Amino acid sequence: MNGMSDTGDYSVTRRVLDALNIDPVLFVLLGVLAAFGIVLLYSGSGSNIDLILRQLTRLSIGLFFCILVANVPSRLLKSFSVWLYLLGVLLLLAVMFFGEVGKGAQRWLDLGVIRFQPSEILKLAVPMMVASYLADRALPIGFKDLFVSVILVLIPVMLIARQPDLGTAILVGSAGAFVLFLAGVRWKIMLSLMFLLSLMAPLLWKYALHDYQRSRILTMFNPESDPLGSGYHIIQSKIAIGSGGVYGKGWLNGTQSQLDFIPERSTDFIFSVFGEEFGFIGCVILILLYLSIIFRGLYIAAKSKDSFGQLVAGAISLTFFVYLFVNIGMVSGMLPVVGVPLPLISYGGTSMVTLLTGFGLIMSIRSTKRLLG
Amino acid sequence: MSRRVHIKNEYLETRLVQRRIILSALFILVLLGVLLARLYVLQIVDYEHFSALSDNNRVRIKALPPARGLIYDRNGVIMANNLPSYRLEIIKEQVEDLDQTLIDLKQYVDYSELDLRLYRRAANRRRSFESIPLRLNLNDDEVARLAVNLYKFDGVEINARLTRNYPQGDHAVHALGYVGRIDVKDLGRVNENNYAGTSHIGKLGLEKFYESELHGTVGVQQVEVNSKGRTLRVLSETPPIPGKNLHLTIDSKLQKVAEQAFADLTGSVVVMNPHDGEVLVLVSMPTYDPNLFVNGISYKDYDQLRDSSHQPLFNRALSGQYPPGSTTKPFFGLAGLEARTINRQSKIFCRGFYRLPNKEHKYRDWKKQGHGHMNLKSAITQSCDVYFYDLSYRLGIDKMSAFLEKFGFGKKTGIDSTGEMSGLLPSREWKRRTLSEPWFPGETLNTGIGQGAFLLTPLQLANSTGALALNGVRYRPHLVSALEHGHLGNKVDIAVEQVSEGGASKKSNWLQAHKGMLNVVHGLRGTANRINRGLTYTIAGKTGTAQVYGIAQDDEYDEDTVSNKLRDHALFMSYAPADNPQIAIAVIVENGGSGSSVAAPIARVVMDAYLVNDDESEVSSSDLNGGSQP
Repeated sequence: MNGMSDTGDYSVTRRVLDALNIDPVLFVLLGVLAAFGIVLLYSGSGSNIDLILRQLTRLSIGLFFCILVANVPSRLLKSFSVWLYLLGVLLLLAVMFFGEVGKGAQRWLDLGVIRFQPSEILKLAVPMMVASYLADRALPIGFKDLFVSVILVLIPVMLIARQPDLGTAILVGSAGAFVLFLAGVRWKIMLSLMFLLSLMAPLLWKYALHDYQRSRILTMFNPESDPLGSGYHIIQSKIAIGSGGVYGKGWLNGTQSQLDFIPERSTDFIFSVFGEEFGFIGCVILILLYLSIIFRGLYIAAKSKDSFGQLVAGAISLTFFVYLFVNIGMVSGMLPVVGVPLPLISYGGTSMVTLLTGFGLIMSIRSTKRLLG
Repeated sequence: MSRRVHIKNEYLETRLVQRRIILSALFILVLLGVLLARLYVLQIVDYEHFSALSDNNRVRIKALPPARGLIYDRNGVIMANNLPSYRLEIIKEQVEDLDQTLIDLKQYVDYSELDLRLYRRAANRRRSFESIPLRLNLNDDEVARLAVNLYKFDGVEINARLTRNYPQGDHAVHALGYVGRIDVKDLGRVNENNYAGTSHIGKLGLEKFYESELHGTVGVQQVEVNSKGRTLRVLSETPPIPGKNLHLTIDSKLQKVAEQAFADLTGSVVVMNPHDGEVLVLVSMPTYDPNLFVNGISYKDYDQLRDSSHQPLFNRALSGQYPPGSTTKPFFGLAGLEARTINRQSKIFCRGFYRLPNKEHKYRDWKKQGHGHMNLKSAITQSCDVYFYDLSYRLGIDKMSAFLEKFGFGKKTGIDSTGEMSGLLPSREWKRRTLSEPWFPGETLNTGIGQGAFLLTPLQLANSTGALALNGVRYRPHLVSALEHGHLGNKVDIAVEQVSEGGASKKSNWLQAHKGMLNVVHGLRGTANRINRGLTYTIAGKTGTAQVYGIAQDDEYDEDTVSNKLRDHALFMSYAPADNPQIAIAVIVENGGSGSSVAAPIARVVMDAYLVNDDESEVSSSDLNGGSQP
């Protein structure tokens, strides 16, 4: 994949990209995906041009942050980590006390000009923080460092789950867990942590989850049990995907989607629209596209020469996979509906910007590698 | 890089991380394989199935609303049931042009602006493809006219649905409450999915308090429909589970007796069994017909009810707060005995007024010429104000309010209905908290005869009367004795809840209060002795007269010159039989004048109906009405 970067055959475009520290492979793949997303969103939003324009604006903002971060040396990013982390946790606390309540959850912070979810910052700040903490220690890490790292992850995860925003809590938690996994925490310890967590599960079930979250999880196991509520979404979403067949019904021709049977069809359930209109073949292509992006990220991580870069790039790529897996899993009725968007395609601003910023981080790490190696 | 003694080995570390990255890449491949397998199953293996489902979206999920639980009185008389009635319903997703359809429908059936507004509000809110009622309660003509023309309207249906009905009409409405059309506010406090298909919800009283029990669980039908949305066949069905039936403590017959005893007076009666807190009668007069609210009351009817000077919508039994007047005297007497401020021999001389030491202001007795020598018993029997001015002055407000708190004054009783008010038990602390003012001695005196800031509800008065009768034993009043799973046939009793075990005072002290109250009815000088005519059992009671407006120092209250709105409220609290209390009654007649002449006779009529065999209870309230005596 990176064979080209070693040849001396520089085109103009390549030189511009290099000057901007942009990884051409990731850039092309992300571009294709984003274009795919816009086309699909046009169908999923019921041909709503305004919505498309807003999404394009967000895409541009995301791209700006991507390039901006890509040009910050990763050494600097590492020293920012702790401040970004602290800022994120402080903002989460602020949300807890002053946040705005929307749809029954307290997630938003209104800064006058913009409203945003501080939990988004943590999606990047948590892996960066843990990675920068571990990068200075010898790997595989010892027990004390493991303990500190787990606490560093748990604080924001708890705060986010409390809002309640189960989807983001899972994403932030897994980002942190991936850093630990990559840092070589022993299997025995990984497994006992998981065991401990599963022991806590009944307690969490009873006290930490809201009624609607419990009902969603129960509904997942038996959607027919609540066909009037959340089960309805899953039933209709499965009908949409299944009726797409091998080739799909064609763009803008999905009956389930266009007749408004699919809930949230421009945001979390946009994959149902895709499955209905583009069929199994479309799904395979889309998943391969995602797979290429993830593997490119992992490749950059593996090639990175310092621990911080390896851990951060690896964790971000793996988190990107979690987005994908949880989203498709939930719309196809394999996982509970937890509110995770289809990355870079679902309508919605904050996750788009966070994701692209994350890829900026990966690109910055890649540039560092090249300078050193 | 590392400040630690532990030396980092860059090479080995990179190898470690790389191993983990490769491992996770493999893991990702496996999981994506799972996803693809899932999609393969949905899109290729089960394609036929889902494709069939999505064709014209033939499968629709219909909510089957459960039948609301029935309400019975304590003897099995039906207080609320459900009758089938025809409704005009619209599924807006199947209508080409909703506005045109609504106009065209007008030719066949009339609906009001209100109907239309409720329809639009509900239609915006509900799931798609749910049928929303436009008009309820269609008559036969309307059904016939519509049915013939229904083919012209896609998405319009006539459905027979069970609708709440109150066969007793305006009788016992304040005990029952009523249901009405669901609005957005209601949906906020229930599980919306369980109310898919439900059009009504408890708005007031028992119907609201027991909403979750009465409603039941929604059923679901998966039906196949044609492209016009008409049902072709039922694919699967989960039947709804009907709501639970309520068995009330209310005695509908006795309730009727009490309502009739009021004739056209305004006020409230609450009858309780002091031994378990069961509320036998809960009357607030005047009443209204709850059936009006079920099918959407017209603005005209509603305005009329709301603006009526007698306020029929106001539930006086639970929400009405009145000064207790002299009904507080037995309680304060007990407080004095318990604190040893007085004993049963203590006497004062009543000259018709009382003065605080070194003060000019006269605190008047209702009897201008005075009662003469008074002990506690006679002061209760004759309702001597001066005795209680003196007692209050010596006892002090702190002991007074602390003692009365034990009877539940100033606190909600916790009855299982809506709209209960707490009344107000004045205290030094209360005044500082709400008015930021110190307590004045004169207020203690006013409190001692149940005037001033003191307020209570008829329910509180009945409940505390029961507690007085049973030496302080008190139960939480309740209206529902049992819940019944109609389709299973099992009845679950609701546990009675004892609030106080008594023991506020010595037995001999209680006896003094009881004797004084017995003489109120049976004594020669008792303020309510006119109701003892022909009694076959004994009644202990206490009259009360609550001032609605203050009289200047030297003015006199003249019933004839005071406009009706400002006339005193009449109160009577009682229990019977006096030696073995079975029921406790509180009567309040608004602007009724004195407690003895209008309130006590109502209590007598109700007691006769309860304690004496039907054919023996000949005494009517008009027989017992006589001259005026507070």
